[in-house]
Amino acid sequence: MKKLINKVEDVIVEQMQGMAAAHPNLKINLEPKYIVRNEATKKGKVVIISGGGSGHEPMHGGFVGEGMLDAACPGEVFTSPTPDQMYECAKAVENGGGVLFLVKNYTGDVMNFEMAAEMLNSEGIETQNILIDDDVAVKDSLYTAGRRGVGTTVIMEKIVGAAAEAGYNLEECAKLARKVNSRGRSMGMALTSCTVPAAGKPNFEIDEDEIEIGVGIHGEPGRKRIAHTSADEITAILTNAILEDEDYTRDLNEWDIESSGWKKTSLTSESFKSGDKMIAMVNSLGSTPVSELYAVYRKLDEICTEKKISLVRNLVGAYITALDMQGCSVTLVRADEEILKFWDSPVNTPGLRWGK
Amino acid sequence: MKTINISQLIKWLEKAALVMQENKDYLTKLDSDIGDADHGFNMERGFNKVREKLDELSNSKDIASLFKNTGMTLISSIGGASGPLYGTLFLQASMVLKDKTELNLIDLKNCLENGVNGVKLRGKASVGDKTMIDVLDPAIQSLSDSLNANLSINEALENLVKVAEKGMTSTTDLIAKKGRASYLGERSIGHQDAGATSSYLIFKSLKEAIN
Repeated sequence: MKKLINKVEDVIVEQMQGMAAAHPNLKINLEPKYIVRNEATKKGKVVIISGGGSGHEPMHGGFVGEGMLDAACPGEVFTSPTPDQMYECAKAVENGGGVLFLVKNYTGDVMNFEMAAEMLNSEGIETQNILIDDDVAVKDSLYTAGRRGVGTTVIMEKIVGAAAEAGYNLEECAKLARKVNSRGRSMGMALTSCTVPAAGKPNFEIDEDEIEIGVGIHGEPGRKRIAHTSADEITAILTNAILEDEDYTRDLNEWDIESSGWKKTSLTSESFKSGDKMIAMVNSLGSTPVSELYAVYRKLDEICTEKKISLVRNLVGAYITALDMQGCSVTLVRADEEILKFWDSPVNTPGLRWGK
Repeated sequence: MKTINISQLIKWLEKAALVMQENKDYLTKLDSDIGDADHGFNMERGFNKVREKLDELSNSKDIASLFKNTGMTLISSIGGASGPLYGTLFLQASMVLKDKTELNLIDLKNCLENGVNGVKLRGKASVGDKTMIDVLDPAIQSLSDSLNANLSINEALENLVKVAEKGMTSTTDLIAKKGRASYLGERSIGHQDAGATSSYLIFKSLKEAIN
């Protein structure tokens, strides 16, 4: 393993210290670990908090700042943060508007954020959990833990963060977040594996001439392993999987204020159609250079144009990564007026910045 | 022996921490086959935190507070899915142990049952999903059987470890339906579940600490 690290056990702390040194708009807390904005939360504003295992930077810590997240809780590499972390973090930034946790669908994240929400709600701090599960590589939700939360997370953090800034209340933010999740679809692929510093060796084996189609952001296996092929063919596989994905319905566990407990609700993602307007993201999983991402975007745009789907906004770069994995993911979020309004609102974070 | 006292439970937690350390690489290897290769590190970190607190824990006024404190420590230090699950196991077990300073076989069975029910609610897994429930659930039945047969604690734990081992090895042939391994579908067959293995190790540590 060749990495820029000092001691394996200091990787997360030193990254946080570096972020604080580089970005005076951010403040870090190390016991427990969280990243917040330097400026205190405006009275009554909903706080938007996300978190998850580290190794996906810039997500989530790099998206803390005006117009996006209020705070982020980093876990160990690829390991969910803990409820006490989320609880302390929420208490540090909450200012009367309630807490919205944006949670990627991984068993550990879901359970830890649920415990944190239980603790906060039991203290009278209104807290709601929104799940992101947009990875179309997982077809079956009955015999698996469901679709994983991937690229749509970035888009949701931007849009819901802007809405909270504009004065949406907790229920309105939650509703918008659900809408973004129901309109987002992603699929990724890996050219190589990734190496968790503490493990010291690649997470999975993959031959020089093989690629994994449908990989997750921790190297979870996807739909299939195939022989390596051209950028155009790979882009077509990812794009078609997204565009051909049928209606998808899942059960969600959300907090019910009246019964002060969890309640099952259901959410359906309708399949994409010609005429749809999309926010598109072509994302590097860590080690794939931007030059290759643009080759993917070129083909993505070509396929979508052919199907009369327009890419009205885009992100091309490394936004949700899997350490040093080579590979990319494609995300499409079907936009409407509300979504585009908040997408275009100003944002000022280390990872995303425009409009000001 | 008819009961287990607080100092024996402290010995158990110390033993469990040692066992997690010894099996760190093994658990991580199992987890890297079909999961995300962190189970050994996480369990070692969690139980090591418990070990650092043993002085304080040995002054617990009852077993309820010992288990509650242990559960909170595990939750705040393990992370991942194992943190909430093992934390919930101890927290829910503590709920039925108020004012107890010793556990007889009935207490042991009751607290395990309450703990395992908590784990099932949190993780939504059932027997056969290739998870720690494949070890934890039959363990309750084993204690019930030992109670009915009027066995001593030592005999009951002897049987429990055998049942736990069987549950652990049974996961090898199962298809994972929960957690990250579930994405492998049939490719998860042939691999023993890491969480079931750590659960077995915890029971084995209990038996060894008390003998």
